[in-house]
Amino acid sequence: MFAPENLRSPLARARGLGSAKSGLHHWWLQRLSSLALIPLTVWFVASLVGLAGTGYETFTAWLGSPVNCTLMILFLGVGLHHADAGMQVVLEDYVASHGLRIGSIILVKLLCYGLAAFGIVSTLIVTFGV
Amino acid sequence: MTQAAKPAARPLSPHLQVYRLPLAAWMSITHRITGIGLTIGTLLLVWWIGAAAMGPEAYAQFTGFIGSPLGYLILLGFSVALFYHLCNGIRHLFWDVGMNFEIAQTKRGNLLVLVGTILLTAVSWVLALRP
Repeated sequence: MFAPENLRSPLARARGLGSAKSGLHHWWLQRLSSLALIPLTVWFVASLVGLAGTGYETFTAWLGSPVNCTLMILFLGVGLHHADAGMQVVLEDYVASHGLRIGSIILVKLLCYGLAAFGIVSTLIVTFGV
Repeated sequence: MTQAAKPAARPLSPHLQVYRLPLAAWMSITHRITGIGLTIGTLLLVWWIGAAAMGPEAYAQFTGFIGSPLGYLILLGFSVALFYHLCNGIRHLFWDVGMNFEIAQTKRGNLLVLVGTILLTAVSWVLALRP
């Protein structure tokens, strides 16, 4: 008799507002990406420390190795997904205007995934020498 | 009547403008600020790899910028933000599984994150700038 869906007014249901049922997925991916970023960040920092003071040849040879190429692609992909997920929450919390909020979230998403694509393609070009 | 003359020192209602934020609250907002900074910092990472893909001239342009005083300052800020977000992020993962919510544990966490950030930054820079 008191099924939860009956508690919402017909108008609220028609508007389609309320939970979009994807919040948990967003939360879960943000935690999963942060877990993956712990070892990736350790690898990234250790690599930067090792590469400090070296030049173009050393860097391209380093990035071209199978392990470093794989880890750099993961770091870029997972890192920029994590950045986008975090920025979305920040924008949702602090941007009051609805239009500006949606607009800035879309812009950040396009930038993050564009940067990830450019970084991954560049990594592959260095590795395979196109 | 005589009692009403002197108001009791009752606690005030917390409000952002009159409430002195505890350290844990400052560290919480710092987590977000460093996250925004690191997101902007990915531009530098992508520039680095993109320059390597474009060739030695573009790469020299990048290293010229990052080797300048401004470049070093940005790198220092990036490393502090990265280590802070890493250490405090690990703390958030413990919170997510319901651990370390007691006040004493939170205070110990504050200290661990701050000391960890300073130590990791110092060790990385000393190793990176080794002769």
